[in-house]
Amino acid sequence: MEEKVKAIIQRYGNDKSFVIPILQDIQREFNYLPREALDALCSILGVSQSLVYHLATFYRAFSLTPKGKHLLTVCMGTACHVRGAPQIADHLERVLGIKLGETSKDLEYSLETVNCLGACALGPILVVNDEYHGQMTIAKTGKVLASIGVKVRSDEKA
Amino acid sequence: MKKLESVAELKSLREKLVAGRDPQKPCVVICAGTGCLAYGVMALIDRFKKELKKRNLLDTVDIRSSGCPGFCERGPLVVVHPRKIFYQRVSLKDVNEIIDETVLKGSVIDRLLYKDTATGENVVTEDEVPFYKKQMRLLLEMNALIDPTLIEDYLTLGGYGALGKVLSGMKPQAIIEQISKSGLRGRGGGGFQTGWKWESTRAAAGEPKYVICNADEGDPGAFMDRSLLEGNPHSIIEGMVIGAYAIGSSRGYIYVRNEYPLAVANAVIAVEKARELGLLGKNILGSGFDFDIRINRGGGAFVCGESSALFASIEGRVGEPRQKYTHATDRGLYDKPTCLNNVETWANVPLIINKGADWYASIGTEKSKGTKIFSLVGKINNTGLVEVPMGITLREIVYEIGGGVPKGRKFKAIQTGGPSGGCIPEKYLDMPVDFDELTKIGSMMGSGGMIVMDDRSCMVDVAKYFLKFLEEESCGKCTPCREGVKQMRIILDRITEGKGDEKDIELLEWMGQGIIDGSLCALGGSAPNPVLTTIRYFRDEYMAHIRDKKCPAGVCKALISFSVNKDACTGCTACAKVCPTRAATGEKKKVHTINQETCIKCGACYDACKFDAIQVK
Amino acid sequence: MADTVTLTIDGREIKAPAGTTILEAAKNANILIPNLCHNEELAPYGACRMCMVEITHKKRVRLVVSCIAEVSEGLQVKTDTDGVRRVRTLVMHLILARNPSHPELQRMAAELGIGTTMFGVDFKGCIMCGQCVRVCREVVGASAIGFKSRGPSRAIATPFDESPEDCIACGSCHYICPVGVIPMEEHDGVRRIWKTDFPMAKCKTCGRYFATEKEVAFYRTIAKLPDDAFDTCVHCRSVKK
Repeated sequence: MEEKVKAIIQRYGNDKSFVIPILQDIQREFNYLPREALDALCSILGVSQSLVYHLATFYRAFSLTPKGKHLLTVCMGTACHVRGAPQIADHLERVLGIKLGETSKDLEYSLETVNCLGACALGPILVVNDEYHGQMTIAKTGKVLASIGVKVRSDEKA
Repeated sequence: MKKLESVAELKSLREKLVAGRDPQKPCVVICAGTGCLAYGVMALIDRFKKELKKRNLLDTVDIRSSGCPGFCERGPLVVVHPRKIFYQRVSLKDVNEIIDETVLKGSVIDRLLYKDTATGENVVTEDEVPFYKKQMRLLLEMNALIDPTLIEDYLTLGGYGALGKVLSGMKPQAIIEQISKSGLRGRGGGGFQTGWKWESTRAAAGEPKYVICNADEGDPGAFMDRSLLEGNPHSIIEGMVIGAYAIGSSRGYIYVRNEYPLAVANAVIAVEKARELGLLGKNILGSGFDFDIRINRGGGAFVCGESSALFASIEGRVGEPRQKYTHATDRGLYDKPTCLNNVETWANVPLIINKGADWYASIGTEKSKGTKIFSLVGKINNTGLVEVPMGITLREIVYEIGGGVPKGRKFKAIQTGGPSGGCIPEKYLDMPVDFDELTKIGSMMGSGGMIVMDDRSCMVDVAKYFLKFLEEESCGKCTPCREGVKQMRIILDRITEGKGDEKDIELLEWMGQGIIDGSLCALGGSAPNPVLTTIRYFRDEYMAHIRDKKCPAGVCKALISFSVNKDACTGCTACAKVCPTRAATGEKKKVHTINQETCIKCGACYDACKFDAIQVK
Repeated sequence: MADTVTLTIDGREIKAPAGTTILEAAKNANILIPNLCHNEELAPYGACRMCMVEITHKKRVRLVVSCIAEVSEGLQVKTDTDGVRRVRTLVMHLILARNPSHPELQRMAAELGIGTTMFGVDFKGCIMCGQCVRVCREVVGASAIGFKSRGPSRAIATPFDESPEDCIACGSCHYICPVGVIPMEEHDGVRRIWKTDFPMAKCKTCGRYFATEKEVAFYRTIAKLPDDAFDTCVHCRSVKK
């Protein structure tokens, strides 16, 4: 892992001011920010742990815990909100058994929100593994969930 | 392609490209913007390619994935050139017919045409589409004509001509004069005179100077910049090179939101192509002028749209705004003179240089020149991007171009200016939209987001939504924003749960003013606006929640109940099938009921019912 | 002198060198403007917003934080207007909701006529003045602690919420905290802060514990001193002839 981190840092000329793009590359490489990678980053680049921890917890793009295999993102922009996005988010929380921002214990699913993707005509939008699904309704979530293997709990219907 | 060493070489390359294009050659143009991607347009494009290949037509028929023209409501959009026959809501099953009938025979497929909702008539060509016709699409027009990943498309249509003009002997002072004379004001919401900003940066002491494009469009519901950067990144690059030349800067940045992957990708490709041709880098077109652009991605923080937070982010710090009483033009990025402009502002620059400041100043109002792109979203028939001259009224935007409120519902309010702006009621629909007018009624034009609401939108819920948004996006440094916005949100939570107090409104107004005055940056400084404007114009609705414990619009869960209208219910069981808690039950063909104890008010039954039999009170 | 400007604060004419902040200029004239995040040893921070004042310059009136805004020729400053008071009062109520009991906060509140907060108390103790983080970064140079998260979740934290690896347990954060919410204790040659034990160094001469081993190593490194530097305590070093 240290080798990969070193290579990423070298791409940016070992320059401290590029710490955020470096973190973004690490996030993309490992699907989260592993502690080991961050420790290597601090010692190779010469930035403090306190800075890196603040960056990792300040910006939504970063996650200090591994993300699930399937990433579901509900857009909560104003247009989507006005078209019922909160109800969709609530419904997904119920079906997946996790709260917004959490990952299931078996690391299969992560459920997140995003504040506007800029595709407002199709709101409400649900993104599943980088695929955009527009004009969502609670009923339509069933098909999308089935496509990633979510079995709806027997005491619920979708 | 070979690097261009002079303006003359740029001209001959353009001539060569134009000569190599046959304007009569059939071309299928398909919008591949983010909105249409969500419609599954990639599969559509693949199918067109496959079918053209099958018919051995790949040499005789061109296919182009274009940028977003903004008619998002009707996507996927397919325009067949040269006649520009306009098809909307195209699906995979239409592909063969479009090729065989329209491309090869020139006949029009009626069912795919846009039907004018006012006259009921079919519209055949793109230029006749009322949604486009009523706009003044100076910036967006090109989006529908080019593939944003091909610099050749941009060049063929005259792209980089303004840069050529500038590097053919225009002095920096003259360039700035043109921009000042045009009256161009910042399109990101601040509305500062662009010419003044460029002049200040130019005159400031300190090297190096920086030129930055703010593409961190964070206002939810606003996607003008997304479509410009995705759909025509070269127009922004060209604007930046011209600006950098005028200011005396050799270093540029484009700071793009992380949530716009396509805009990032297309900007990266565009910068690479521009560099390849020598339009960026050292000795641009042999002028001796060096300038290059670095692309930085945001980390997922709305506050990074604020200038000093944006600089902090580029510098490798958290997006905390800095309290400074000096302008960024004196001390900005790395404490050096910095000119930060919005995407749309930069995109206007080549236009002004090409057609002249006088032409530009003839559009718009006395103090707000040119056009503005608005994103019209929410409860509106024609959701999408609307580019119109400044000074047009809200009514024209909502009804003439937007097509009014769908499903026969009643217009209630339009929210402008994003989380910094306010909600405007019907009585002000005849107000002209520009930088200054809307501030008179407590709102603002902002970056251009316009969210239409109908009688089923609860204004108290909307105010709560914006506070929650800002609470999450606050950097947390200063007390009024970090603690104050949260406390305002807590009060709104109480009100929407039916636990409001008569004194709450006065308290919200008092707190609001304190937060506006006391916050470190504009995020906190404008956070109370949605609350204050909704109190000002929809006080009755607040009182209904507080005094009567009712939500007239039927939104606030704690104050509403879902029930079945016995007279309308047909027993189709659609509601029972979707109810997640089995609260809605009933036998087939018999009137259904909703158990109030187990109903979680998710609204699934309301969405599913085709007979208007679910009542929300 | 060309470098001095004349301004008025609450009607009084004051002279101050150019580049002075309004807060400093006021203090030098014995006008005390309330503040919570300001500390003369640290760079101005502008976060608490208590030091807000109203300024009028060339007919333009606005509210600014006096810890950062600088004096200028002809500036008129008012330290207690309705607008200023509203911000201070709001800030005080908001801070009291985080820490209703500290005597210094209560004193400051009383001056504004406030007894208890109008908001629900969600006790945090920390008032987010950031002085601990700032002293560790700017004065000590260790950057051992910092902030985490943003918005109302923003909090002082050790990296990864674990024992801070870069901390030398110098105690600067403990001493600088205006509300004393960073506990530090010493027992039997061990200093404990941030839930971490730091063994202390013993004076070669008198045998007393005088600093932590990490402190000593840190000071040796930054001052580029040999390994036996600081092996005796200050008292014994100064007695030595």
